[in-house]
Amino acid sequence: MRASPKLMLLAAITFAAACGGSPPPEEPAPEPAPAPAPPPPAPEPVDDSAVRERMESERMASEAAERARAVTAELGTMINFEYDQATVRPADQGTLDRKAAILSANPNVRVRVSGHADERGSDEYNLALGNRRAAAAKRYLENKGIEGSRVEVVSYGEERPLNPGSDEAAYAQNRRDEFEVTAGGDNIVAPQ
Amino acid sequence: MRRILTVVAALAAAAPLASPRALQALAQDTSQVREGVRVGVEYQPGTRPGLVVLPGSGLDSARAIIRRDLDYTDRFEMVVVADAPNGGEGLGTSYGIYKTLGAQLAVELAAAPGGLTARLHDLNASRVRNEQTMSLPAPTDPGYRLEVHRIADEIARWASGTPGFAASRLLFVSGGRVYRVDSDGDQAIPITAAGGTALSPVWAPDGQRIAYTRLEAGRGGVVVHSLVSGAALVAPGSQTALNITPSFSPDGRTLAFAHSDEGGTDIYTSNVIDRCCAQRLTVGRYADNLSPTFSPDGRRIAFISTRAGPPQLYVMAANGTDQELLAPFDFGATGSSNGPEWSPDGANVVFHREVSRSPQLFLVDVAGRRVRQLTSSGRNEDPTWAPDGRHVAFVSDRSGRRQLWIIDIETGRVRQLATPGAARLPAWSRRLGRTAVSTNP
Repeated sequence: MRASPKLMLLAAITFAAACGGSPPPEEPAPEPAPAPAPPPPAPEPVDDSAVRERMESERMASEAAERARAVTAELGTMINFEYDQATVRPADQGTLDRKAAILSANPNVRVRVSGHADERGSDEYNLALGNRRAAAAKRYLENKGIEGSRVEVVSYGEERPLNPGSDEAAYAQNRRDEFEVTAGGDNIVAPQ
Repeated sequence: MRRILTVVAALAAAAPLASPRALQALAQDTSQVREGVRVGVEYQPGTRPGLVVLPGSGLDSARAIIRRDLDYTDRFEMVVVADAPNGGEGLGTSYGIYKTLGAQLAVELAAAPGGLTARLHDLNASRVRNEQTMSLPAPTDPGYRLEVHRIADEIARWASGTPGFAASRLLFVSGGRVYRVDSDGDQAIPITAAGGTALSPVWAPDGQRIAYTRLEAGRGGVVVHSLVSGAALVAPGSQTALNITPSFSPDGRTLAFAHSDEGGTDIYTSNVIDRCCAQRLTVGRYADNLSPTFSPDGRRIAFISTRAGPPQLYVMAANGTDQELLAPFDFGATGSSNGPEWSPDGANVVFHREVSRSPQLFLVDVAGRRVRQLTSSGRNEDPTWAPDGRHVAFVSDRSGRRQLWIIDIETGRVRQLATPGAARLPAWSRRLGRTAVSTNP
């Protein structure tokens, strides 16, 4: 089969739109604009429905990828803690609830929770504190029905600060749980 | 000071003195660092005998090392006299001059074939109290300095009844690597490779092995590292999850450490000689139990627990039974306590406790359970005992960044242990035997 130049041009335009980083169009794609190319010397019949079908599927794939990115980002949202505390704050419960919903909808996804501490407090105790913070998030997810084997717990103590500063704002940022997808993240879907 | 200056002229004939300026500078340095930390320690002047290391020719580096080691014992009022450029060995008729300077003891060092002869003079009795010829390798030998430190420790034993602690080393962490450094701050050498995250190094009592946490991707085993062979093995029971705060038993066979997983942090022991027999000592149920430290008789373990809320200091039998509070605290008022280490004489446990969110060094005496604060300015944390049970090395930011400092808990005198970079998590060895490793593994 020999693709017509016009079809190739349309495909190239569509591909550029899909890869250009611009958000996918909200409306169905308009009818292809008249091609700027010179009229083909030997016109062949263009199968319009095939082009529309292909563009539609590409648009859907692009939207699905965008949704997957958003879901993965939601899964990676950090939560923070009060000084020397490992209790999930009420403000972070919604964040964890959304993670639980995503994990329920994606039974193949596994995550690693890493607990961190600010630089105050004992270096060694902070490793145990970070461990307790990661374990607190895991317990919360387990209580929402997530299988414990899908959630790995690690701790960095104060060894990997997010913000190198030595003020309360930096400390507050550094007292955190980070969430990282370790398996099953390729075909992640949004919860229903 | 004036009294000393007036005898400078009289002494000039017998032996040249340090310049008055040098004397003054030394006094200032000492008093300056003393001021910030004299909390809860009683210093009684006059109880320490004056000691002079006699000037002489030759042996310059050994004489300087021994003089400094004796000073660092904090058991003597050091009488500072400059070294003679030529001759001047022996006391002759000058006992009286050094007595005028306040010295009661004089250390004479003379070169001898293959080493040196050390003499301790009792100036009041005008006699030699001790004399011994000791072998010494060439100054270029990697074991030279440690051998000089051993001579200094022996002279300290002659003079005070208690050996010095100069022939010892400290481990510390800088930039994720474990270093070792001589007790006088000389020869800081990395032990672990660059690029990793090593934490919480400790010495085996034999001084030939160390243990530390190797943190990798938020997990880590406790590595037992032989300084003799370079072999590094993960301790039994620490192969999974995160394992922190190792501590050797006094016989060097058992390693206690804290194992962290989703169930919390709990203390385990395992046999690192037969490589077996991991045993759990605490059951936290989401509380943390960590930082075990053995009593010198090996029968008890002090440790940190969050069982009552904030981390505080507890003690248990070495098999995990009879757990009880060791350092009293007021719930809701007393700050977090961490980093305990049992003293070599068994009498005290040193630890750090937060005061106004800044860690300070504290002691608790094991028999009476009385708590005493040792420091008050800046952040002072992660204490470790010198072999004499009287000095404590710790981390302080008093100079602007985290560095190692040493406090004499009898007098409150503080000095810095200079390290190339920022330093934390120090661990002091016991006195090192002649089998101690002199070269980099």
